[in-house]
Amino acid sequence: MHPVFEPTSGLRADRVTHYCPGCTHGVAHRLVAEVLEELGVLERTVGVASVGCSVLAYEYFRVDMQEAAHGRAPAVATGIKRVLPDRVVFTYQGDGDLAAIGMAEIIHAAARGENITVVFINNANYGMTSGQMAPTTLVGQRTTTTPAGRDPVQAGYPIRVAELLNALDGPAYLARGSLHDTAHILQAKRYIRRAFQAQIEGRGFSLVELLSSCPTNWGLEPVEALAFIRDRLVPQYPLGELRRPEGVR
Amino acid sequence: MKGNEAMAEAAIRAGCRYFFGYPITPQSELLEYMAKHMAEHGGVFLQAESEVSAINMVYGAAGAGARVMTATSSPGFSLMQEGISYMAGAELPAVLVNVVRGGPGLGGLQPAQSDYFQATKGGGHGDYRLVVLAPSSPQEAADLVYEAFDVADRYRNVVLILADSILAQAMEPVELPPPRDPAGLPAKPWATVGRGRRQETNVVNSLYLAAEDLWALNQRLQAKYRRIEAEETRWEEEGAEGADWLVVAYGSMARIALAAIRQVRREDGLRVGLFRPISLWPFPARPLARRAAASRGVLVLEMSAGQMVEDVRLAVEGAVPVRFFGKTGGVVPEVEEAVEAIRRMVAETAPHPAHR
Repeated sequence: MHPVFEPTSGLRADRVTHYCPGCTHGVAHRLVAEVLEELGVLERTVGVASVGCSVLAYEYFRVDMQEAAHGRAPAVATGIKRVLPDRVVFTYQGDGDLAAIGMAEIIHAAARGENITVVFINNANYGMTSGQMAPTTLVGQRTTTTPAGRDPVQAGYPIRVAELLNALDGPAYLARGSLHDTAHILQAKRYIRRAFQAQIEGRGFSLVELLSSCPTNWGLEPVEALAFIRDRLVPQYPLGELRRPEGVR
Repeated sequence: MKGNEAMAEAAIRAGCRYFFGYPITPQSELLEYMAKHMAEHGGVFLQAESEVSAINMVYGAAGAGARVMTATSSPGFSLMQEGISYMAGAELPAVLVNVVRGGPGLGGLQPAQSDYFQATKGGGHGDYRLVVLAPSSPQEAADLVYEAFDVADRYRNVVLILADSILAQAMEPVELPPPRDPAGLPAKPWATVGRGRRQETNVVNSLYLAAEDLWALNQRLQAKYRRIEAEETRWEEEGAEGADWLVVAYGSMARIALAAIRQVRREDGLRVGLFRPISLWPFPARPLARRAAASRGVLVLEMSAGQMVEDVRLAVEGAVPVRFFGKTGGVVPEVEEAVEAIRRMVAETAPHPAHR
């Protein structure tokens, strides 16, 4: 009989994650782990966990990992990759981590064409610290620090990270996927695979932005949260590949 | 060689093959030397976008098992404190150089010793210590940098070379230590190099969500620091044994102090000795206390408003008077000023006017 579902050896089966019910971090973890397993690189991968909801990622992935200070994961990954150029090095970062405090680190790692892969989880708020405004929070979106909704006059506009990095020469691969339904999850997995493929082929910096749900802090049921991604986040953050080197499939 | 270049070359000879840094005066020659020579040795030089980024690259490289180094000067060292605290928590070995300039704020470019507190008392958040070594000549700077990598690896701890711009910019003959083959260095089985055939993953981390676990980490760190105190306390003396008065100074200031001491001995016939801490942490408190107890008074000379003097007072514990003379902001005390300070201290602590 053809197996319909099998666990990936890229995740530790003995761990229960701390993620909230309905959060798509678990899906993103699984996609990354599956891709690393399918590419046959689990044993030579070093991951970098960031600060935020994914702070415990090193507890879940079955790869060697380092924990980075808030926003500094791309610098830490740079240090690792320069020492171990034949290893696969990735960071897993949220939007508060990557697009606020760590903006300098991500832009310069991308500009250097650092041969690492960044998995960027965009859930439009600070999840770990209970739902404050992130750089990616939508105009009008209510958070604990924009209680009346984000007003651009007072709090500025959301940042489209993939497009921002697309202005640089350094990146080899840039894409934005979404985790709100099966078809998009499968598409996101293809993006993640191509991002790692680009690194393995030595083409330079790759980043996949993933629109992700935060039912707890959005104050929505899990299914409503998925609809929020589809109806609100996707129009602000268009899906697709922004840059893909020739030959990467 | 210039002090900056001597430190850079000594690091390469110690097997350091990774340098991440950011330009800042007066340490830039060290960075430039690395940029010029690291590739010849198959190593990596990378100019980071900031000191924050540089220290986190050091963190990543150290976690991956490399001998790695960065160098900076005071404002840059402030920016590095976040990463240094994380390295302390994750117990990562690396060698840092801080060529101290006057502060606070942007300050100036002239020599100072006003980062003593930041270097020896933690600097970043949490209970931690760096091994802090303070050379007083380009030769000693080269020797200490060379040795610092072994000390860092032995204890899985950051070692800081606390220099100043007199030392970094001075040009003196330097006998360089022999090159070491990085391949022959001890293995680091804890490093994150990819799981390979290991069943368990290696994790470089400083997060402990349960207070009991963080307590246990801190207990382990403190035990390590006690071991370092027992094994790595360094100092040098000149004429301190049997001296009636002691002068305590470190780094370039110790050389000025020594000139002043010699003048006072010659002109006044006073028995004044120099006690020079080489490791600022661990501070040589016990040997200093021993010497101080046998003296009539202690004078601390610093290029600061008075920072190390606090450690001297703690060591001496009121046994004899402790006086201080210092200049800060990049103004270097003249030998004559140091002589006057010694004479003042002697006058105030001598039991009999005849000693004047």
